[in-house]
Amino acid sequence: MLEIKDVCFSRDGKDILKNINLKFENNKVIVITGANGSGKSTLAKIIMGIEKPDSGSIYFNGIDITNMKINERANLGIGFAFQQPVKFKGITVEDILNITAGKKLNRSEICQYLSDVGLCTKDYLTRELDSNLSGGELKRIEIAMLALKNSEFTLFDEPEAGIDLWSFNSLIDIFENMKNNTKNTIVIISHQERILNIADEIVVFDNGSIKEIGKKSKVLPKLLISSKNGRYTKEGNE
Amino acid sequence: MNSTPNEVDKKILKKISNIDISKLKGAYNIRKDGKLFVRNTTPTINIVSKKDKDGIDIIIKENTKNESVHIPVILEKEGLNDTVYNDFHIGENADVTIIAGCGIHNDSHKKSEHDGIHTFYVGKNAKVKYIENHYGEGTGDGKNVLNPTTIIYLEEGATLEMETLQIQGVTSTIRTTKAYLKNDSNLVIKEKIMTTDSQEATTDFYVELNGKNSSTHVVSRSIAKDGSKQQFSSNIQGNTKCFAHVECDAIVMDDAKVVAIPRIDANNVEANLIHEAAIGKIAGEQLIKLMSLGLSEKQAEKEIINGFLK
Ligand SMILES: Nc1ncnc2c1ncn2[C@@H]1O[C@H](COP(=O)(O)OP(=O)(O)OP(=O)(O)O)[C@@H](O)[C@H]1O
Ligand SMILES: [Mg+2]
Repeated sequence: MLEIKDVCFSRDGKDILKNINLKFENNKVIVITGANGSGKSTLAKIIMGIEKPDSGSIYFNGIDITNMKINERANLGIGFAFQQPVKFKGITVEDILNITAGKKLNRSEICQYLSDVGLCTKDYLTRELDSNLSGGELKRIEIAMLALKNSEFTLFDEPEAGIDLWSFNSLIDIFENMKNNTKNTIVIISHQERILNIADEIVVFDNGSIKEIGKKSKVLPKLLISSKNGRYTKEGNE
Repeated sequence: MNSTPNEVDKKILKKISNIDISKLKGAYNIRKDGKLFVRNTTPTINIVSKKDKDGIDIIIKENTKNESVHIPVILEKEGLNDTVYNDFHIGENADVTIIAGCGIHNDSHKKSEHDGIHTFYVGKNAKVKYIENHYGEGTGDGKNVLNPTTIIYLEEGATLEMETLQIQGVTSTIRTTKAYLKNDSNLVIKEKIMTTDSQEATTDFYVELNGKNSSTHVVSRSIAKDGSKQQFSSNIQGNTKCFAHVECDAIVMDDAKVVAIPRIDANNVEANLIHEAAIGKIAGEQLIKLMSLGLSEKQAEKEIINGFLK
């Protein structure tokens, strides 16, 4: 279980996160949604340790991780698929999967993870993770890495971005698979109705605050109505 | 001449050309401490010592396919300054791999230096892959100096791909490469350098694209650590309808310094020349990504460097 207590974060005189309190229970899929710039990615970075909150704390399975380094959190069981995958010159798809696994994987294992994200192993294995790959390809590899890592707590930041409709179901399968491990918690930041649909719980961000939180059955219908009225993406207009 | 390799010879040969001397096949010429150590020729590849100066002529018959030549140089005697002239005559339509390289073992406080001047005459439609690794080791504070000069003449339709690697133990290097390309010929250069401590490395490329549809691709990837210094300069002369792409990518760490001096001259309206240079520290986001996979900052740095120089 991961718990966020009174987290505040501001930069350049702007309050990006205002007193956030959240509890992520085990064996749940939680989808965080909300307008562009409402602070979703910032919260994800704070959980991974990439950004430090100005105040507040974060607990993972009862341990205060607020001052822990990124890799310490990773080794405790926190994983994060970036909104914008990072490029590396010279590091191949095979290399990054081996790095992720912390050991040399055999071909059939690599093949498994790549085909889960709809990539054919023989075409991609030796490709470098640089500008020669498209945004969608990099995104799929990023997701394959986190599926392989299979952390107890995994954050996916807009995993659907750049992924075509055909692959959408595979993406959902990946989340379902990860959830089969009953200890695992999956948090997905997304604007997509089809992703919202697989949520157990939905959190709606608005301008650095939590505007709405609850079971999918309660939150999703409201979201769909307000988005039809064009209000869901506008702040303070409820 | 005692041509039984000792343990240091074996280790250095493994480092620079990844060969096990007892299993060496094909044509080869190993030079140690300024003298011929061991040589083998084949029906299609002949190696003869020069009469007027130190060095060899490597003569590869036309149509020679899938053969290789190893010509490593080992320097173990302290304080030696070895200059050698090697000329490669590659016959038309040949397709060969040439593996050169120099390894220095220096436990003294004296300077060890090897200057290899290699000239390639690549015949029509011949294809050459040339690999050159440089390595230095030893416990002394004596300098290990390597100054290779490579001169390349490509006849019509000829291609040469040159891969150079220097990642350890060379105190100072000045690397000069000059190439002259005729019609439809192609030159690819891939250079990888890592310098540490107070090492200095200078590389200088000069390419003349004289023939119609000639092309070149130069890729330099380097890492400068500690207080080391590197300078990369390239000068491409596009004299006709031709294509050139020069890419210089450097990672600077600690107190190191890297200078890149690109020059591309289009002397003809049909010359298409591109130069890209990027110098900077290891990208923070790369470290963050690998740390988020559980690697420490040091491990992350190591993976990034290994990949970059692979
Ligand atoms: N380190 C920072 N310094 C300054 N401003 C920042 C910083 N980090 C985030 N911001 C700002 O905070 C706001 C929230 O950004 P964030 O990336 O968290 O939004 P988001 O909800 O993920 O949006 P999107 O849906 O577009 O991905 C933005 O206005 C952003 O520019
Ligand atoms: Mg975001």
